[in-house]
Formats: sequence, structure tokens, C-alpha cells
Amino acid sequence: MIRLEKRPTPSQTWAYLTPLVAVVATMIAGGVLFAFLGKDPIVAIRTIFWDPVFGEFAFYYRGQLLVKAGPLILIAIGLSLGFKAGIWNIGAEGQYIMGAIFGAAVGLAFYPMEARWLIFPLMIVAGALGGFLWAMIPGILKTRFNTNEILVSLLLVYVAESILASMSLGLLRNPEGAGFPGSRNLRQYESAANNELIAGWGMHWGVVAAFIAVIFAYILLSRHIMGFNIRLTGESPRAARFAGVNPNRLILFCLGLSGALAGLAGMFEVAGPAGQISIDFNVGYGFTAIIVAFLGRLHPIGILLAGLLMALTYIGGEAAQASLGLPAAAIQAFQGMLLFFLLAFDVLTNFKVRFGREATV
Amino acid sequence: MTALLSVQGLRKAYPGVVANDDVSFTVGKGEVHALLGENGAGKSTLVKMVYGLVKPDEGQMVFKGDPYTPGSPHEARSTGIAMVFQHFSLFEALDVAENVALGMENPPPMRELAASIREVSETYGLPLDPSRLVGDLSAGERQRVEIIRCLLQDPKLLIMDEPTSVLTPQEVDILFETLRKLQAEGTSILYISHKLEEIRALCDGATILRLGKVVGSCDPRERSARELAEMMVGTELKSPAATRHELGDVSLTLKNLSVKSANPFGTSLKNVSFDVREGEVLGIGGVAGNGQDELLGALSGELRTAPDAVQLKGQPIGHLGPNQRRSLGVLAAPEERLGHAAAPDMSLVENAALSGWVRMDMVRNGFIDWTMARNFAEKVIADYDVRTPGSANAARALSGGNLQKFVIGREILQKPDILVVNQPTWGVDASAAAFIRQAILDLAAGGAAVVCISQDLDELMEISNRFAALNEGRLSEPRPARGLTIDEIGLMMGGAHGMEVAHIHEEEGAL
Repeated sequence: MIRLEKRPTPSQTWAYLTPLVAVVATMIAGGVLFAFLGKDPIVAIRTIFWDPVFGEFAFYYRGQLLVKAGPLILIAIGLSLGFKAGIWNIGAEGQYIMGAIFGAAVGLAFYPMEARWLIFPLMIVAGALGGFLWAMIPGILKTRFNTNEILVSLLLVYVAESILASMSLGLLRNPEGAGFPGSRNLRQYESAANNELIAGWGMHWGVVAAFIAVIFAYILLSRHIMGFNIRLTGESPRAARFAGVNPNRLILFCLGLSGALAGLAGMFEVAGPAGQISIDFNVGYGFTAIIVAFLGRLHPIGILLAGLLMALTYIGGEAAQASLGLPAAAIQAFQGMLLFFLLAFDVLTNFKVRFGREATV
Repeated sequence: MTALLSVQGLRKAYPGVVANDDVSFTVGKGEVHALLGENGAGKSTLVKMVYGLVKPDEGQMVFKGDPYTPGSPHEARSTGIAMVFQHFSLFEALDVAENVALGMENPPPMRELAASIREVSETYGLPLDPSRLVGDLSAGERQRVEIIRCLLQDPKLLIMDEPTSVLTPQEVDILFETLRKLQAEGTSILYISHKLEEIRALCDGATILRLGKVVGSCDPRERSARELAEMMVGTELKSPAATRHELGDVSLTLKNLSVKSANPFGTSLKNVSFDVREGEVLGIGGVAGNGQDELLGALSGELRTAPDAVQLKGQPIGHLGPNQRRSLGVLAAPEERLGHAAAPDMSLVENAALSGWVRMDMVRNGFIDWTMARNFAEKVIADYDVRTPGSANAARALSGGNLQKFVIGREILQKPDILVVNQPTWGVDASAAAFIRQAILDLAAGGAAVVCISQDLDELMEISNRFAALNEGRLSEPRPARGLTIDEIGLMMGGAHGMEVAHIHEEEGAL
């Protein structure tokens, strides 16, 4: 008989080991899944994890790595602060969309004026503001009416998607686009473009912002009283109130900051890799970032590594689709497995597994 | 007297600690037997083994002449052993009969059950209406629900774990009448407590435990409370010494303080007024759940009130939050150590910063100076003799007494002008408790005003200048503690909370 025995203190070793074990378990279970789909599991796993970095076409994929990891890390850093305090913003996808719409709208409003020193910074501010405002809706509803932020933020994703569709068909549609949906391509508009800073690296301003966010979050959590209050609230809300933390202010801070970072990610994406507002602009970074945040143990450095790993499964997944004909759903299931195994193995941080019999206690 | 339960050489070890080692004792038929010991002496583990909750590593038990190895509480109950726990396992939103039915092996239909609850409650002088909601009952009445649930199963041995910690003195008297009646009928009682006077009043025999081992057995009626205490602790006891000093000006004033509880089953404070002078200790007694948490919250700043309701030297502070009050010198130490006064998984350094950063000036431009926090934590650990491998340890790794010393030390070392403590020595061993009480007295001698909320009346009588009691959110008029009799205190605490005294003793009359 297998029993779980609670540890007196959470195991530090397992806290760090769990993500690695989860990755290995995902590879094994994923391999089985791919085998059932009639593919050689070894080849499939190698295509996803090895080839993008070390394979024949790595020069192309390596650039893509940062392009995908940038928004994931930027969004996940924001989410992790709220998650640490027990504030569950599940709607980063919506905030990401709104950031993109705000940012793009500001850029397009100036078209065709050329003044990069003015327009690009304004777009950054607008992007952050868009995400911030969208996250304030669940924030204010929660602090005023005690609504559930999980439901409200999640449902607002679908509202944001509708607004996105309406924008690409209406207000922001390219007047010279022959009636096709979608805005002008911002990459072709010098003052608004968020292009690669070094050719071939995939490094754009959004990636820079992600790295800055990692450092910012690290300092906030380890040195600043606000970070201390966030951790304290997550550990023990009553002790936090005793320590003088205002729960409502903390909710607004965490939701606002995660919204602003998601909005920034959206803005950098629309002005860079995506290039334009279109109906299918959002590809789920906001949801995948939740996995990244947990895979990274809600720790800034962990999130940096988890973001890169997750980006790898995206790119590797695309490569596997192209070269092996794996269905896209299989890749998504593969990513979902990662979160599943992570949460399952998390038990080991707080519990010891004992084999053998013992009277019930 | 023939033996009902005999325990021989019981041993139970947990990783890193031996809870019981070679424990033997005997409970006779119709005997009220006390298990006496400090917190952590192993009393709870021992009775859990008797009740089938924990399986012993070694040793035998004999019940009614047959070997007895209970695998579960279910088995213990069907053999004739019942237990009333210190913490009630009742559902507040269900009524009395429903709660009783939930704890029974084969509950009869509701109507019959209600009738038998009435019958048993009348026979044993525990009046209880089966149709009342448990959420509306006082702690004493809730305990009756637990007792009746046990009595309905007609036990031969009734185990009671610290039954009086939630009762007023009058309710204790009623409980004792019930227990004596049970005893007269031949039921044995295993009575766990560290309250010596009670044991001397009630029990026929006592087994004393220290650090998991039996250190003696005696007839408690023939020993003084002091002798029992010294057997329990193993050393001579030092009582805290209050220094005589002049009281200063009025420091803290509460004026018609009314606060609604944040908890739906909590107690709202109603028109609470008192003042405390510099150098004075105001003791606030009362049965748990009569507004103690709310009073602490209203004083610490966790619950906001009308500005004038709480005044510091005439200045209104009722609208200020905890940190604003801290900077004015008003500090508090809540009852719940883990999860309220301290965050369980955070280190002692972080927990030192938790309530200390404002007054100890640990934060500059929003950044915490962790070196200062560590120094402060280490000063608390050194000055208050907190036993821990180091300040980097998590709060939950400390024993209750050590964490309590840390929490009290953390507040006192910040040199408060006003200190509010709730249950400062709850679950703390005798020597640590004496240390904490002395620290509180020294603080008052230094000119601070202290409000000490506690359910331990002996403690309050020992350290307070004046005493008041909370009863259903109302505070009695504070009176000088010296010269108060136990009956007067009981009446201030609300007497027997409107309950009737046992029918069989009606002639003694209700207080």
C-alpha cells in the first residue's frame, strides 16, 4: 500500500527537482501518445526538443526561440506575482489582446507621420495601459463586489476576442487592404515597427522588456516591502492583515501589474512578429504563460527558464507538425501534460511517499 | 476497586520524538482518574492510543479483563470507550440532534433520538434543546452536545481531554456534578488536564507524565497543588513577581466601541468601554468566542472603528490601520500564533520583519534591510530564550512555546507604549509561561499600558491590576483584581450562560 506522509517543512530539493521530473515524465507520456499516433516516439521527441536548437535548421529556429519566449516570460512574470498572493488572473490572454489593440491604435493614429522617438514610446505606454485597464475590470469588481476574479478575467478574454474581431473588420482595418480584414502592417511603418535588434537572434524590444521584468520581479520579491507583502498574503492572509497589508490595494496592484505586462507583450507582438491586428492575432500566449509561471515555481529565474522551454515545445511542435505530420492537437496535449505532471509531482514537495502498511491515523 | 482499563508498557515514537515510553497505569471501575502533565508531556498521544486513533509501537492494554487492541475509534466505541475532545467536532449550521446523529454508529430515527437526547440530558443535569442550532450555543452548551453524544452510547469509560478550558467557573461546577453522577453509576472517567485545583476536586487517582514517561502516581486529594505542579514540571516553580510602582496617566481609552465581527459566527463587540493607565495591566477574561478576537482586532487596527472609539492619550486612532498604530506605539500579539501572529512557512527573520519593520525602521524607500531584520530576529531569539537552530528556520518548525516566546518578545522588544496580548501563554509549558508573564510585568513596570486577554483566570489574577470580563461581546465594569472571589469572576463572565443547573441538584440553586 502506498501512503502519503506530510513533511514537517516543504522539501527544498523536491521544489527544484519537480519541474525536471515533470519534463521527463511528459517526454515519456508524450512518447507513448506519439507512438499511438503511429510515429516513432524517439524521433518525435528529438524533433521537438533537440532539432530546434542543435539540428540542421537550428539557425532559423534559434531566433524563433526568443520571439516565442519573450511574451511568455513577460506575461508569466506578471501572473506569478498575483499567483504568489493567491490572486488568480486567468485572463492574461484578454489583456494581451487589449494591449495589442491599444498599442496598434496609437501607432496607426499617427500614420504616416515619421517620428519614432515619439510614436514608439507612446505605443508602449498605450499597450501597457490597455492591458492594465482590462485587468482593472476584474480587480474593481472583486474589491467592490467580491466577485471571483478567475471567472471574470477568463470571460473577459472572450469579450476581448470579439473586440479584436470587430477592430480588424472595422475601425482598424487597412483602408488600402482591398477589403481584407486586418490592419496595416506596422512592421512596414518605420516609426511603429518593433523589429529585430540584431538580425537572426529574434531579439526585439519585447524580449528586452521580458528580461527587465525578470530582474524587476526578482528585486521586488526579495528586497521590496511590496514583494514581501505579496508573499505574506499568499502564505497567510490573516498574518498579512496583521502586518498591515491592505488586501484590496494588493489585489489591484497584482492584477494591474500583470495586466500591464500582458498588455506590453501584446503591443510588442503586434508591432513586431505579428505585424498587424487581425482576427487570429492571439495564439494563446496568455494561457500558456500560466503553465510557464507554475513550471518556473513562480520564481523569476525559474520563469525565465520555463519560458524558454515552453517556447521550445512551440517551435519543436511546429517542426514536428511539418516534418512528421503530427496533429496540432497532439502538441497542445503534450504541453498540457507538462502542467498536469508538474502539479501531480508537486505532492512530493509537501508529502513523503511511504510504501508498506501502517494503521490508519 | 477492580480494574476496568489497565495499560502496560505503552510506547509510541514519531520521527524524531518519543511521545510515550513505557507508560503504565490502571483505571478502576467507577474511578475518576487524572492524566496530569504539561503540554507536550504525551497525554494526548496516550489517550489517542486508548481511543484507537493511534496504534502503539509496544505494550498491551487490558479492558474489562480482556486484551484490548483497538484498530479504530469505531472499535473503541463498540467496546465501551467514548471520548470528548478538547476541540469540538460539531457543525454550526446543523441542530443538536443532527450533530448527535452524525457521531453515532447507528443513529435511531430523528424523533426517537430527540426524545432520548432530552431524557439523557435531564437525567444527567445537562439541559439541552435538541432542535437548537449549534451555531447559537455557548461553548459550555456545545460541550454538552459532545458529552450527550458519548452518553447515548452507554460507555464504560469516558475520556475527557481538557474539558474545562472553555467553561466559566459556574459551568465547571455543573460539569463536575454530571461527572460525579456518572461516577456514582459506575462509569469510569479518564480526565486530562493541567489544572491542578480541578483535579484535586474531582479525581480519585492521578498519573503524572513528563516528557512521555510516567514520573509518579498519587491520590490528588492528598497532595497540594504546588506538590502536583512540581511533580509535573520536575523543578521548583517560580511565580512571577510584580513590582509595586505608581500608575501614570491614562494611556488607552475605549469609548463605546462597537464593531461587527467579520466572521458570520463571530461575536460583535457592543459598547465596550475602558481605560488603561501607564504601568497598568488590565486583564480581560471570558470564555472563548465572546469577542476576544474582535477586541484584539479593534485594538491592533485590523478592524477599523469610529475614530473616537479608540483613543491614545486622547487622540482618536480608531480609524488607523495596524502600521499607523505601530508607529504611534500601539502593538499587539494575537492568540493564533501560526497564521495570524506569524506566517508558518516564512523564516524567523521574515517573521521578525512582519510586525517589526515599521518601528524598527527596517524599510528605506520601500526596500527592506534584511541585515537589520536578521539582527532583530536574533536579538529576540537571544533575549527571549527561543530554542531554534537559527533565525533562518521556518516559524512552523518551532514548538508552540518557543514560537510564543518569539511572538511576545518581538512585540516587547519594540518598546511599545501600549501592548495588547491575547492568550499569551496558551499551550505553553509552565516555565515558559512564567517567563512570558514576567516579561509582561516588567514591560508594565517600565511604564507601558498592557491589555491582557486570556482564558486562564489564574494567569489574569497573577498579573493584572484590574480585571474585566467579556460576555457575548459586552465588557463588564473593570474591577481591582486583588480581592475578587472566583464566584464574582464567574458572574462577570456571564455565570452559567443562562443554563440551568442539574435537575438532580435543584436545591443548590442556579447562580
